[in-house]
Amino acid sequence: MSTTILFTIISLSAIGGGAAIILYFVAQKFKVYEDPRIDQVEEALPGANCGGCGYPGCRGFAEALVKTDDISELNCPVGGNETMSTIAKILGKEVEAREPLVAVVRCSGSPEHRKRVNQYDGASSCAISSSLYAGETDCQYGCLGLGDCVDACDFDAIYMDKKTGLPVVIDDNCTACGACVKACPNDIIELRKKNKKDRKIFVSCINQDKGGIARKACRVACIGCGKCVKVCPFDAITMENFLAYIDPVKCKLCRKCVTECPTGSILEINFPPRKVKEDTKNAKSEPKKVSEKSENNSSTQNK
Amino acid sequence: MLKTFTKGGVHPAECKYSASSAIENLPLPKKVSIPLAQHIGAPSKPVVQKGDKVKVGDIIAESAGFVSANIHSSVSGTVSKIDNVLDSTGYKKPCVIIDVEGDEWNEKINQSTDLKKEISLTDKEIIQKINQSGIVGLGGATFPSHVKLSIPDGKKIDVLIINGVECEPYLTSDHRLMLEKSEEMLVGIQILMKAVSVNRAIIGIENNKPDAIEHLSGLVKNYPGIEVQALKVKYPQGGEKQLIKALIKREVPSGGLPLDVGAVVHNVGTAFAVYEAVQKNKPLFERVVTVTGKSVKKPSNFMVRIGTPVSELIEAAGGLPEDTGKVISGGPMMGKALNALEVPITKGTSGILILPEEMANRKPENNCIRCAKCVSVCPQGLEPYLLNKLSQLEKNDILEKNGVMDCIECGSCAFTCPAGLPLLDYIRLGKSRVSRIIRSRKQ
Amino acid sequence: MNKLLTVSPSPHVYGDKTVKRLMLDVIIALLPALAFSIYFFGMGAIYVTLTAVVSCLAFEWLIQKYLLKQEPTISDGSAILTGLLLAFNVPTNLPVWIIIIGSLVAIGIGKMSFGGLGNNPFNPALVGRVFLLISFPVQMTSWPVPNGFNTGYTDAVTGATPLGVMKEGIDKGDAVSDIMSQIPSHMEMFYGHMGGSMGEIAALSLLIGFAYLLIRKVITWHIPVSIIATITVFTGILWLINPEANADPLFHLLTGGVLLGAIYMATDYVTSPMSVKGMWIYGIGIGVITVLIRVFGAYPEGVSFAILIMNAFVPLINAYIKPKRFGEEVNNG
Repeated sequence: MSTTILFTIISLSAIGGGAAIILYFVAQKFKVYEDPRIDQVEEALPGANCGGCGYPGCRGFAEALVKTDDISELNCPVGGNETMSTIAKILGKEVEAREPLVAVVRCSGSPEHRKRVNQYDGASSCAISSSLYAGETDCQYGCLGLGDCVDACDFDAIYMDKKTGLPVVIDDNCTACGACVKACPNDIIELRKKNKKDRKIFVSCINQDKGGIARKACRVACIGCGKCVKVCPFDAITMENFLAYIDPVKCKLCRKCVTECPTGSILEINFPPRKVKEDTKNAKSEPKKVSEKSENNSSTQNK
Repeated sequence: MLKTFTKGGVHPAECKYSASSAIENLPLPKKVSIPLAQHIGAPSKPVVQKGDKVKVGDIIAESAGFVSANIHSSVSGTVSKIDNVLDSTGYKKPCVIIDVEGDEWNEKINQSTDLKKEISLTDKEIIQKINQSGIVGLGGATFPSHVKLSIPDGKKIDVLIINGVECEPYLTSDHRLMLEKSEEMLVGIQILMKAVSVNRAIIGIENNKPDAIEHLSGLVKNYPGIEVQALKVKYPQGGEKQLIKALIKREVPSGGLPLDVGAVVHNVGTAFAVYEAVQKNKPLFERVVTVTGKSVKKPSNFMVRIGTPVSELIEAAGGLPEDTGKVISGGPMMGKALNALEVPITKGTSGILILPEEMANRKPENNCIRCAKCVSVCPQGLEPYLLNKLSQLEKNDILEKNGVMDCIECGSCAFTCPAGLPLLDYIRLGKSRVSRIIRSRKQ
Repeated sequence: MNKLLTVSPSPHVYGDKTVKRLMLDVIIALLPALAFSIYFFGMGAIYVTLTAVVSCLAFEWLIQKYLLKQEPTISDGSAILTGLLLAFNVPTNLPVWIIIIGSLVAIGIGKMSFGGLGNNPFNPALVGRVFLLISFPVQMTSWPVPNGFNTGYTDAVTGATPLGVMKEGIDKGDAVSDIMSQIPSHMEMFYGHMGGSMGEIAALSLLIGFAYLLIRKVITWHIPVSIIATITVFTGILWLINPEANADPLFHLLTGGVLLGAIYMATDYVTSPMSVKGMWIYGIGIGVITVLIRVFGAYPEGVSFAILIMNAFVPLINAYIKPKRFGEEVNNG
């Protein structure tokens, strides 16, 4: 064994040992005390770092949960009630059970229903298009189709349907984090109560123009006629600015408003097909609409 | 040696097809839609209602604050309604719609065309008159002029700069105004000089208007204190910061105003409107609008009443060309593409440009090749490639540090970019996000 | 009017520069040098150029279509340019298989692995060249001598380049004036009568290309001038200190890849700084490192390494050296 090898072993070991000792003391001296519960809470969180809670990432939310005394206002939409109750047990604090929510796109203005009157050639961003002008159609409230909502989603829960040019939410993946709601410059997407079997009834329109103008721009627009408001047995529908709105909590999914709506603006999703009645006025609009929508949704559930 | 600004700039093709078309009065339309928000600041509040009879020059909407302006009727007739109409912002906005009947003017307006050189009002009275007459910056910015002339305490002005540059390609309304209404404009400049108590005014004119330079240089001999300065043809020479730098070699500080370097800048059209308001009691209700384009049959400059639909101007210029691809309100670098032709002319409409189909679409987009051409042409010394990327990634604090609020949205970067990137689209988006953050910080 | 109105944000008119046109202009600027090389080296020059260009195009297309599953963008001309520059950096008797490996490294590692055009931090042609130099040192340093147009290829007559002769001579301790008599005169080097790669030999043709690029506004003068000035000053100081142990500045400028590197390689858009101040720092850095390697280092040629080292500093330069903003200093006239 030559001295070279011996020297090498000794010197490298000395350097390694010296570095280890220095690092140990420095780590001890500059150690930041962190409440160990923050790590425990972070373990319980989904780890998606989506920001749906309003805090910077899951670690940020864990810190907030530990530091805040009353956490009833804080919620992780991705983890939902299960996660929040686990966290409540860890911290010994109270949480409220919340209704699960899901993102709903409130526009049906596909090219079939809403005529294109100009062509947009700017950057592919809804935020840019909406700051420039009212869009490619005569409805200035409707979906611009450039996909800012799709870009914003961290959970692959929304995609752009190529035929209709409208976004489609995949209910199973949607965590109701709210990113798409924030991204849409026209406030088309809403977080609504998630019902059994993913059933939904909502007014798929946010057009606030007078009925005649709205209808001229889009065939399935809400014209503010008020028939749905009158027929609802639960007073769940309100009318403001020529636009109907169905309260998702009051609505009991009875479907009466869907058949009343003369333009087909109110949609029913994931319901069984109705029996065709020959003597109702709206018979021709009804079976077409229901089967279209449940077809579309069975295809999205297969994704 | 022609003066110019030293940083950046591009040279788009000038295409001044309508430079030799004298100003014509456009025949009155049947109906006008006068928007309530034609200026920077709060939209005006209407003071007429359905059924009211109005004369030309009657006030129809009042200023809604300090930074706001009065709006006057440009026609005589009956107010049909106050409703939301699609205007050049791309959205439906509240407008006063008037059915035109005859052409009766308000009696207080002096309709004679002889030149009135004597200025009898004091400086404060002048500013008040300008305020009452609803005058806003006619260069396109539409900033209420009385606000610009109200110098806050502590700021000293020593020069008035008159913007006769018209650096946007295709537009010639200022050019024709300088040739045809020269003396009125010069008296207007004197009125402005009195309003801000300066005895020096410089009219900057780009060198592609030699007739205007020569004509005005001869006339200013009779107007003490006013000089004419020819400038090198470079876009955006007409930007007020670049104009001040070229004419008096002072740089407006970042986030500052021309006031901070002792200057006030007004457009030649505004100077003419000031003359009419102060000397003839005529409020702002009409302006010169260029209608031009490669396929336009009769490129023209029209004196148009505010609220006239754009379609009427296009008809008068020979009709909409067959190969129309895009219709722009303003010039090709900073103008706004219209999505319908029924939109009304407003105080800020300097021209209607019709681009043929082959010029209507953008270049195909590539990756950024980091050629730095955008950096070399930015007149504000910014880095457009970086601001574009930061805006896409929504890094608003870094955007602010890199000076996105200094951007004057001139479009030189996107004009130059070989990769066809939509630089200005994202920079504008970044600006609006950062300005929202700045505003919420102030609260 | 038949079609719908088009609506987009301003500006609505555009300049005539496109990526394809810019690449084409650089290729055109290199044509005089290519012509000279074919005249001096013969078919070898043609084989090397063709192989490099075709293999670069092929690799880019294959990688984009099958590996990255994107639309191939070979029509923008950047792969052709990389191939051409790679060919200019290697001896004209380099066998085809070595060139193909060089192209694969240049395009695959130097460009595509970073995300394609616009994303690479290092000059792809230089990445390829340096890889070949280190992997195949013998083949990469046997330089053909100009023999007039001939059909020879890998069997071309070889000799040392003037730079190689100078380096060896100085290391041995010979006086510079003695060495100078063994190599072509300055005038001959200017016109191209010397051994080396295609890009090294003909200073005159490279300068013609430089003028073309400046007129067409493809590049600005800052980077080439800063590199050349730095090398001149640095070698000038050394030469003034000891004219017998150091070659004069003109020698350094005309030999090796200084002109090719300064005009065509260092000015590559993607890998050079974005501000004028940054470009000066970059150019001075390249000049200093080149001279250090040439005079004090083991290699006779240092330009390729210098450029690659400075490429690594470019993101730092871009982050800290910002262009001067309008209104930064408050002037009061």
